[in-house]
Amino acid sequence: MGGADCDPILRKALAIGAHEAVRIDAEPQDAMQVAAEIAAYAKGQSFDAILCGKETIDHNSSAVPAMIAEHLDVPCIALATSLDYADGKAVMTRETALGIEKISVGGSFVLSAAKGMAEQRIPNMRGIMAARTKPLQVVAAQGAAPGTRIERFALPDEKAGVKLVDAENPAELVRLLREEAKVI
Amino acid sequence: MKCIAFIQTKGGQATKASLEAAGFAAGIGEAVAVVSGDLDGDGGLGSVGIQRVLQGAGDLDDSQLGRLVSAAAEHEGASLVVCAQDHLGKSIAGRVAVRMNAGLIAGVTVAPDGDNYTRNVFSGKATAQVKGATDNLVITTTPNAIGMPAASGATASIEAFDTELGERKVDILEAASPSTGGRAPLPEAELVVSAGRGMKGPENWGLIEDLADAVGATTACSRPVSDIGWRPHHEHVGQTGIAIRPNLYIAVGISGAIQHLAGVNGSKVIVVINKDPEAPFFKAADYGIVGDAFDVVPKLTEAFKAL
Ligand SMILES: Cc1cc2nc3c(=O)[nH]c(=O)nc-3n(C[C@H](O)[C@H](O)[C@H](O)COP(=O)(O)OP(=O)(O)OC[C@H]3O[C@@H](n4cnc5c(N)ncnc54)[C@H](O)[C@@H]3O)c2cc1C
Repeated sequence: MGGADCDPILRKALAIGAHEAVRIDAEPQDAMQVAAEIAAYAKGQSFDAILCGKETIDHNSSAVPAMIAEHLDVPCIALATSLDYADGKAVMTRETALGIEKISVGGSFVLSAAKGMAEQRIPNMRGIMAARTKPLQVVAAQGAAPGTRIERFALPDEKAGVKLVDAENPAELVRLLREEAKVI
Repeated sequence: MKCIAFIQTKGGQATKASLEAAGFAAGIGEAVAVVSGDLDGDGGLGSVGIQRVLQGAGDLDDSQLGRLVSAAAEHEGASLVVCAQDHLGKSIAGRVAVRMNAGLIAGVTVAPDGDNYTRNVFSGKATAQVKGATDNLVITTTPNAIGMPAASGATASIEAFDTELGERKVDILEAASPSTGGRAPLPEAELVVSAGRGMKGPENWGLIEDLADAVGATTACSRPVSDIGWRPHHEHVGQTGIAIRPNLYIAVGISGAIQHLAGVNGSKVIVVINKDPEAPFFKAADYGIVGDAFDVVPKLTEAFKAL
């Protein structure tokens, strides 16, 4: 979902193996709006899996995959590290706070991929050439509304600067951590 | 305002990240906690400001949990739902938001200023103040950021809560706990000792483990270290690994690349040990020692032991 400036990214996806690309033509504003638009598009299609990234590099919310899954009433596997198919079922692993799980789902699902899922691919010349003729469809957005509004951005407080301690005297560091920083 | 705090439990006790979320909710209004499955007493919730706990069925998948939490909000007439921005929170919050037609503000780091919520953006390089644009709102709290409310010693009452949850669609085939060697799990750890490629090889990690033991810290590592297999993946911190916010982060032989800093720049105090005085990590550090880790770390370990 995005404006025409997203097309080079979609072409890159085509160059590394995607068969078709679709761009939902609207400026993304927040997770609620993006998930509603993607789910509305997916509802009209037949699909086995919707693969998402871990989080966006700007807002870092990790929110869209679970929202899409709820709109479509399918399972969502957050931060999966592998994906295989066995006996017609998808088998995935994920690392949660409680441990490493191996899970399976029948039917279609949404996942967000964590590191380990796949090697990053670099497009080669043949892929880039092929991508030029693959379909990139632009569809109109439904006009979903965002659920949040950003009031302002700010920079975090600057660090005071590093205090160096002599390598021969690490005990001084321990003293500072205890008496000055009070973290131990 | 009435709010719902969704609580993850481990061995019947609320996780630390969930207690922080509950305390955050209790600071905003009358907060009712929702748990799935067994609780040991009140799971520690009364002490952080929760008076009532709604206890739903156990062994639910993410979709069923979403239903449980949104049904509880409806039952209580709550317009705000809070949970931790941890693994489970990332699976549930979006679902609850869709069910309640609520905006979602993820990863809030401080108590709100009126209806303005502050969260980190661009991996901690900036903050944003965000408002809800809907009647209902879902908030997730960044672990180790809000801080734990002072324990009051109060006890919450527990009420069974039954609602239609639909069928389970996700089957767990195997589950294994990561071995943390008795140390706090990394996302919850308040003290962390982390090491990078400067340690030369896995055979030298004994030095790091000894320092971590002396400090009472959990161990972490940079990405290349887990990529090469010197350390397990669950220790990898940074943009592509876990983001942590301990009180103390000691980085040994890590250069301080921006993708590494993205996962650790929320730490309250950063100590860098690096033999290169130009290592970029020193710019993000509070304290530093320029020196060879193989000399400095054993001495530092002794100094901690002498405490
Ligand atoms: C998309 C992307 C995502 C990434 N995500 C992450 C991430 O999540 N986490 C992450 O960590 N990295 C990540 N990286 C990699 C990151 O850019 C750096 O390459 C990485 O953090 C470097 O790891 P390092 O500091 O251990 O190794 P190096 O950069 O090789 O640094 C080693 C340091 O050790 C010091 N040193 C060497 N010998 C000694 C000694 N005897 N005593 C003391 N100091 C010594 C050196 O001076 C140097 O500063 C990512 C990169 C990309 C492109």
